[in-house]
Amino acid sequence: MIYIVSLLILLMLAGAIAAMFFKDLMNAVIASCMVSLIAAILFYFLQAPDVAMAEASIGAALVTAVFIIAIRRTKRHEK
Amino acid sequence: MRAFISIILLIIIASGIIVVLNEIPFGEPKTKVGNYYIDNGREETGASNIVTSVVVSYRGFDTIGEVTVLFVASIGLGAVLAARRKKEKRQIEPASLVLTTGCRFLFPLILLFGGYIFIHGHLTPGGGFQGGAIIASAFVLIYLACRGRRVSQTGNKIAESIGGLVFIIIGLVGLMVGGHYFLSNYLPKGELNLLFSAGVIPIIYIAIGFKVGSELAGIIDNLVEESK
Repeated sequence: MIYIVSLLILLMLAGAIAAMFFKDLMNAVIASCMVSLIAAILFYFLQAPDVAMAEASIGAALVTAVFIIAIRRTKRHEK
Repeated sequence: MRAFISIILLIIIASGIIVVLNEIPFGEPKTKVGNYYIDNGREETGASNIVTSVVVSYRGFDTIGEVTVLFVASIGLGAVLAARRKKEKRQIEPASLVLTTGCRFLFPLILLFGGYIFIHGHLTPGGGFQGGAIIASAFVLIYLACRGRRVSQTGNKIAESIGGLVFIIIGLVGLMVGGHYFLSNYLPKGELNLLFSAGVIPIIYIAIGFKVGSELAGIIDNLVEESK
């Protein structure tokens, strides 16, 4: 169990760092969506299914949609 | 120089957080009120999901504040975006067949799941906020697949207003009828673990589900219309 959780936390850190360094902003948004999804799984492991559900539906779905709409409105590539 | 200062600041903030978090033992109950909810929540509210009994019953007044924050955010976004909206119609490129068919197939299923989440809020994990967010994500799929199709603005406003009104009116009736405090549980509690149990809690959670779903769908709708 502790190994699965530490693997998930490592993946989450990797996603967060990747979201900072991607030049293509669409990739960065997908990486931050991955961070939210893994956070939802970790909330579930900590026996908080209510929070996990809110994190998965708001953090992973709606916030990603809002970011993608914003990218479509502005520039896709960071200079 | 700026990078140096920001690294120093980050180190100071991180060490502060580490010092503070070390003082708090992880997972130990620090307040007595939490134990009270766990021991007596089922008998007092009739809801088998303790989180729901705290959110809707014990801390129902805070939930009104939460819903109001979301409402103000939605209204503010609508006002800001409506001020700079241009009246022009561009040719909209239709989405691909795979995306359209898949989203049309998934849309009713996701709506059903969201409804299930907030109707069963007092029995299973989840509730009005989670179910509303799931319903709003179904509308995101529709905006992706059927470009140019819009959610009816009046229907959205009506669902939102009725949700808010039901919440406030049930709370005020509790002030008069029940234990003389806001959102007191005056309906019969029924049997634990049944769908029709827990008094006013399922009604309030259904109202919150409609309100949150229509607010989040309205936010997405405003942004999508702005970005066309």
